Amino acid sequence: MSHMSSVALMWRLNESRYNMIGTKCTTCNGLYFPPKALCPECRRKGAITPHKFSGIGEIESFTIIHNAPQGFEEQVPYIVAIIKTDGNVRISGQIIDIDVNEIEKNNIDLIGKKVSHIFRRLFQDNSSGLIHYGLKWQIKE
Amino acid sequence: MKNIAVLGVGQTKFGEHWTKSLRDLSNEAGVRALTDAGVEGRKIQAMFVGNMSSGKFIGQEHLGALAVDHAGLTPIPSTRCEGACASGSLAFRKALLSVASGEYDIVVAAGSEKMTDIMDSSVTSALMGAGDQEWESTVGLTFAGLYAMMARAHMRKYGTTREQMGMMSVNSHKNAVHNENAQFPFAVKVDDVINSTMVANPLTLLDCSPISDGAAAAIIVSEDWVKENRDKIPNIDEKLIWVHGSGQASDSLALHDRKSLTELIATKSAAKQAYDHANVSVKDIDMVEVHDCFSINGLISLEDLGFCEKGKGGKFIEDDNISLNSTVSVNTSGGLKAKGHPVGATGIAQIVEAVKQLRGTCGERQVKKIDYAMTHNVGGTGATAVVHIFNRNKVIK
Repeated sequence: MSHMSSVALMWRLNESRYNMIGTKCTTCNGLYFPPKALCPECRRKGAITPHKFSGIGEIESFTIIHNAPQGFEEQVPYIVAIIKTDGNVRISGQIIDIDVNEIEKNNIDLIGKKVSHIFRRLFQDNSSGLIHYGLKWQIKE
Repeated sequence: MKNIAVLGVGQTKFGEHWTKSLRDLSNEAGVRALTDAGVEGRKIQAMFVGNMSSGKFIGQEHLGALAVDHAGLTPIPSTRCEGACASGSLAFRKALLSVASGEYDIVVAAGSEKMTDIMDSSVTSALMGAGDQEWESTVGLTFAGLYAMMARAHMRKYGTTREQMGMMSVNSHKNAVHNENAQFPFAVKVDDVINSTMVANPLTLLDCSPISDGAAAAIIVSEDWVKENRDKIPNIDEKLIWVHGSGQASDSLALHDRKSLTELIATKSAAKQAYDHANVSVKDIDMVEVHDCFSINGLISLEDLGFCEKGKGGKFIEDDNISLNSTVSVNTSGGLKAKGHPVGATGIAQIVEAVKQLRGTCGERQVKKIDYAMTHNVGGTGATAVVHIFNRNKVIK
């Protein structure tokens, strides 16, 4: 992901990415993550404030990636899921600390599993490049 | 909209063109389209060029200028249109609207992509530019991964099977056998699809469209131009295919921001615009090129375009409703899966096939009874969708 190497590009996302801080519209109580600066429901009548998400969610769908993009080649096979969290907000994230080969071999369905987030290394640009951190997800039950 | 027609179409063979550059491919497609139309290049008043990511694939931006320069057509205006894998159809629609506005009477809509000059993992990363770079790419997602999550959600919600998705690829490959421009002109069986290399579970290699080079072009004319130039173009009535419907719609950039993982709202919206515009229903469509970038998207598209009920796409395919001359002839060109998917060229190449089918010049893969043909082009995981409907006869107003 060489195009992601800009320090500024990644740095400005750190607060959201490390702590799962999105936004809330206090007019309609809508929650947004990734953060939105404009409430799509209330438009300019909306009042946007920061909102920290609980970090707890449920797997809505998932895949096991075998053919990785740059920066992730050494992680295959790995699981990525769409996770439904507070206020029906969905986010994409890796499911970790689980035997991926076992899941694949036995065709285990992870949809509906409860998960919680944990701070981890996401990827590294190259051997001497930036190391990017953020949230991954562990199955709770 | 005014009556507007496609007068000429052309495309390169899709595949790995090691000896040809983007400009070579663009020129080849453009010259073929002009030859097919039977008009001089210097008559063209404007160009619209669909391309997704030449900056990442070959380091070249400013493709409007590149295309018009190497076509020898400066100083006419030339504009690049970008909507990820829907870039070609966007160029076509912008070309249509430019003629509909009355500004031009004859324009070129083209699409091109040169994807094989860089390593595969770089292509995978470049294609993720069509998704959300900040919140999808950073967790290791790929396009196959995104569509795999749609597939798994569809399987879980509607009982769609692995075999049914595989049949979408089987149909595309079967049709590609008869297309001289297809990248993979050979048949595959459902077992071949299921047992091919895993890319993003549950999608295997043969569920996925390939990395391709290629270009395609269409010459678009107004009804006034046709009236004025009728005598100068030999056999003009055998060439002209009229645009009856055009629609374009948008949705969230990221898949996780959709209300549903199992339908493409943008496809539904673009299709409704095109049906209303053409004053026809899905029952009138005899042939459709759907955006089968991944087998699951072909299946979901059949539902969202209205060919079957939501959730019944798998059964619809399994019950032989999509093969040549069945209920609706789907992806007669071989689709993105087997014809190839040079992303920016795909939307125009779908239109090339629709035009050839309506002219009745498709040979072994010709649809026998055909009045209306449809093309359906998707950008990203459905953030952009473009639908067009064509007919041999012009719209009677």
